[in-house]
Amino acid sequence: MERLYFDAAHLLAGGLVLVSFVQLYQDRLYALLNVYAVHALVLALSVAWQAFVQDAPHLYVTAAIALVFKAIVIPVALHRLIQRLGIHREIETVIGVGPTMLAGIGLVALSMAVILPVTAEADPLAREDLAFALSVLLLGLLMMVTRRNAVSQVVGFMSLENGLVLAATGAKGMPLVVEISVAFSVLIAFVVIGIFLFRIRERFDTVDVQALDSFRGERQ
Amino acid sequence: MPVVWVLGCVAALLATAVAAVGLGRRRGATQAVYAASFAASAVALITAGAQLALAEGVAPALTLPLGLPWLGARFRMDALAAFFLVVVNLGGAATSFYALGYGKHEAAPARVLPFFPAFLAGMNLVVLAHDAFSFLLAWESMSLASWALVMAHHRDADNRRAGLVYLVMASFGTLALLLAFGLLAGAEGSYDFAAIRAGAPTPLVAGLVPMLVLLGAGSKAGLVPLHVWLPLAHPAAPSHVSALMSGVMTKVAIYAFVRVAFDLLGDSAWWQSMVVLALGGGTAVLGVLYALMQHDLKRLLAYHTVENIGIIYIGLGLALTFEANGMGAAAALALTAALFHVLNHSLFKSLLFFGAGAVLTATGQRDMEHLGGLIRRMPYTSFAFLVGCVAISALPPLNGFVSEWLTFQAILQSPDLPQWGLKFLVPAVGGLLALSAALAAACFVKAFGVTFLGRPRTSAAETAREVDRCSLGAMFMLVALCVAAGIVPGLVIDALAPVTLSLVAERMPLQLEVPWLSVVPIAEARSSYNGLLVFLFIAFSASLASVVIRRFASHSLRRAPAWDCGFPDPSPATQYTAGSFAQPIRRVFGSLVFRAREQVDMPAPGDLRPARLQVEIRDLIWDWLYAPIAVAIGYAADRFNRLQFLTIRRYLSLVFLALVTLLLALAIWP
Amino acid sequence: MAIAFDVLVQGVQMTVVLLAAPLLTGFVRKVRARLMRRRGPSVFQPYRDLHRLLRKEVVLAENASWLFRVAPYLIFAATWVAAALVPTFATGLVFSWTADLIAIIALLGSARFFLALAGMDVGTSFGGIGSSREVMIASLAEPAMLLIVFTLALAAGSTQLSTVATYMASPDVGLRVSLGMALIALVIVAIAENARIPVDNPATHLELTMVHEAMILEYSGRHLAMIEFAASLKLLLYVSLIGCIFVPWTLAAADAGAAALGGGVVTWLAKLAAGGFMLALFETAIAKMRVFRVPEFIGAALMLGLLGTLLLFVSRAL
Repeated sequence: MERLYFDAAHLLAGGLVLVSFVQLYQDRLYALLNVYAVHALVLALSVAWQAFVQDAPHLYVTAAIALVFKAIVIPVALHRLIQRLGIHREIETVIGVGPTMLAGIGLVALSMAVILPVTAEADPLAREDLAFALSVLLLGLLMMVTRRNAVSQVVGFMSLENGLVLAATGAKGMPLVVEISVAFSVLIAFVVIGIFLFRIRERFDTVDVQALDSFRGERQ
Repeated sequence: MPVVWVLGCVAALLATAVAAVGLGRRRGATQAVYAASFAASAVALITAGAQLALAEGVAPALTLPLGLPWLGARFRMDALAAFFLVVVNLGGAATSFYALGYGKHEAAPARVLPFFPAFLAGMNLVVLAHDAFSFLLAWESMSLASWALVMAHHRDADNRRAGLVYLVMASFGTLALLLAFGLLAGAEGSYDFAAIRAGAPTPLVAGLVPMLVLLGAGSKAGLVPLHVWLPLAHPAAPSHVSALMSGVMTKVAIYAFVRVAFDLLGDSAWWQSMVVLALGGGTAVLGVLYALMQHDLKRLLAYHTVENIGIIYIGLGLALTFEANGMGAAAALALTAALFHVLNHSLFKSLLFFGAGAVLTATGQRDMEHLGGLIRRMPYTSFAFLVGCVAISALPPLNGFVSEWLTFQAILQSPDLPQWGLKFLVPAVGGLLALSAALAAACFVKAFGVTFLGRPRTSAAETAREVDRCSLGAMFMLVALCVAAGIVPGLVIDALAPVTLSLVAERMPLQLEVPWLSVVPIAEARSSYNGLLVFLFIAFSASLASVVIRRFASHSLRRAPAWDCGFPDPSPATQYTAGSFAQPIRRVFGSLVFRAREQVDMPAPGDLRPARLQVEIRDLIWDWLYAPIAVAIGYAADRFNRLQFLTIRRYLSLVFLALVTLLLALAIWP
Repeated sequence: MAIAFDVLVQGVQMTVVLLAAPLLTGFVRKVRARLMRRRGPSVFQPYRDLHRLLRKEVVLAENASWLFRVAPYLIFAATWVAAALVPTFATGLVFSWTADLIAIIALLGSARFFLALAGMDVGTSFGGIGSSREVMIASLAEPAMLLIVFTLALAAGSTQLSTVATYMASPDVGLRVSLGMALIALVIVAIAENARIPVDNPATHLELTMVHEAMILEYSGRHLAMIEFAASLKLLLYVSLIGCIFVPWTLAAADAGAAALGGGVVTWLAKLAAGGFMLALFETAIAKMRVFRVPEFIGAALMLGLLGTLLLFVSRAL
């Protein structure tokens, strides 16, 4: 039975990494939002499973917050935002899909190489979860770095935050207040970014960040 | 003693070389020289094969009173040397037999005939040498003889450039080997291999020497990024010499690496195997990608040699890793896989170069874009070339598959390795190996398809004729060996057992005892492969299918123009060319690796000029490594040129400064 | 006596595989048609198609060589041998140790090599299109398949399919991330290798979309029958492979009695039906990709295989 708990937890954490890769593969905005919703759903399942295994009922609340806010509310809101702003719905990447995926694999290898030797004597369930969580974090950063569309950078930031939640729940004993503060900070960040997006679109008629650079005088 | 026999054959080869200088342009000189080389190689082959199969215990070293007076020249034929002598002389015998027919078409025989036996003699001596001085002497003579053969058709500017690059890289390689042997010999200067083996190297030496040998032997073998001379020099030489250079000389370079890294040095650090593995993996993929972009048949084969050398180095790297971690059985498996691939590659690469030579003789063309449809004009050559293509693409039931399979099994042994760097490197190298195997099949579909299949693209291809019997005989001899090594690989694996026993003190399980002649690398429940049964099953299924078809299906057959979706085009120029065949792969891989760019220039409607497609490929290794070095050397040479034009006073002051500096050094040195 | 029974079971496997292949193809076509609200051809139509092709005259291009005529036999033989070595209803058959998973994939590679050469033989541009696109797809799909094999072999400790199936049916396997990735990658590779939507359309004759069809464009009569039969066998092989590795609990051991083996056959047919249904559903739900997006699709399988192998190298529990 112990083995089943470990394996299911690893499966869900690994699934989160897999969904991060699927996010990196997408080149259309609506599909990206749907995949992000799946990302948040898998996170919710993972947190719920941890709640079951660790016998920590407050984590069920965390799972519910992840499900409601991140899997439903935020994608729907971003969907509406994109429709209102009329944003160009193709995502241009800085390097091609192939090299991005290879870089992603390199980052997963890096997080394994960092976490697993350092935590050699810790709880086996926690170490591999931590390694996966760091991978999700790095993949979220990779997404922010290799995309030219501001909305996809927002999605990258959100998936990075999902990785943090996974890490926090994997290590036993995270109190609820941390999760509330984290959730609120996410909400504030989202609102701020939304306001910025409106202002950027008003000013420059586009949210392609390269266009911003030309106005900053950095590009000719 | 067997060593004496082989040395006698070497002496015979050298005598033939000298005689060829004298015979010059006489009639029958070609036949005589190649027949003598064939005889000498055959005798050496039989002797070495007998030694490998039958000898027990440690072989004695023979000292001849040649060379340096206090050292003499030592020669020894142990198991490793016997195996490589088999490889070298098999290649030599096949090539000499082939050249009995091919050599008649040589325009300048006086430039080729003296150097061919000398080349063979040099390679044999490298393998037999048992002290560093004779080793290096034989190595250099091998390089110089092959350089002379590369420059045989020196009127062509491309060949001259190839000769220059070859000379520079060969000198660099010898310099690295010289440094390596100097470090190994130590302060006492004992160049004898037995003394080097017995001595314990310091950690600095143990760290530096394998890297130096990797540079030196690797440049001769064709390891990326030192491979640049190979695709220039190998095609420039006459075809039988190209077969020897690609199929055999690269293996002699592998021998040098194996001798130093496994035999003379003994234990190695695990990080060195990481370098070998990484270089091997990169070489394999880059070699085959370069090969896919070529449309010159011989250059394609030369780049493909680079890929196979990468595969061999992957096997050697794995063997080093396993040995450093004390996993003896896995080391034996990896080493057997690498050495089996050495034998396989010499067989099928020689076969393919013989085929390319036959095509060159029959049509005068090396460029695939000017060939096509040769399967009807040259049926036997095309059959032999087809078998070579199937073998080199690692397809069962031929021999290429067995060595790749063994390498994959060796990779699957490695998750138990403790080092973290290896935990990430080995799966990556496994992925690269798988990628190179698939790309190799693509490369040879292109090579065979564009050259032999389809419709003839030029009149040279339309009027080709089958080549002579000696060339065909040599090719079919190699075809038979490829098929035999694929169907009963257990024989080869057992023949390699004494070699792995002497190097890693372990061997693979005895294959001839396994029922039905399967190959069982570790244990039967784990993995096994039976080449004979696969071959028989395929033959049985194909025969059953043809029997059923003959019995139940219609027999009628009608010849008609090609269907071509209703638009048959009479011009053979509308067929796929080599460049168009490689286009999808060029777009997928080439845009990253070669900065491949396509430019299409379409005329406006009404404009009658033809459209243009321009494909640009850059060799990034040349651009980033060699071109800057060449520029830097040119710049430094320009600066130093000023030394030619100094006044007398300045020259005197140079002498004075040198004297003062040396005296200072003498004063300060403790 | 036991040996004779074992050989008989192996012979039955080879025959059953041969007989069931066109049925699977017909079933997939029928389900697709029904999902598109058509009646569709009968499930047994592929058998009738093969019979019709065998009776027809072969029309050979004037410049086709001996390779063009011999290739269908080699393709059929290699594919049939490979399909007969995959455990369908029983593991540990008497000749199952002849070739492990790597050898089975390489046998399929041989078949593909000769098919690509046959495409180049007549010297038309369509044949060239098919061959060059096919080798591009293969240059990504084969390494992906090999990495999947590595993942399975590292988890199960062997490349022998019978051993892998037995391991996957045992309770030691657990739910593993790397095996999940291997499953997804295997499905992608199976779609690519069998020339199914979204990689290739098996029913098209448009130059823009052909890969497999372009290579066999010049074939007719009994030669075409053998090649089509080989394509059906390949589909059967991949569905059986996914079934025997990821749904292995119903495989009988080779020395079990005739009743267990019969039960194995029935469950195998059920697995084929389920696999065919899901394939038809997937093909109907998704559109064909343009040719230069296919490398990204298969590249995803390659990455998944690499990631699965990497995870198993790093930690045996993953």
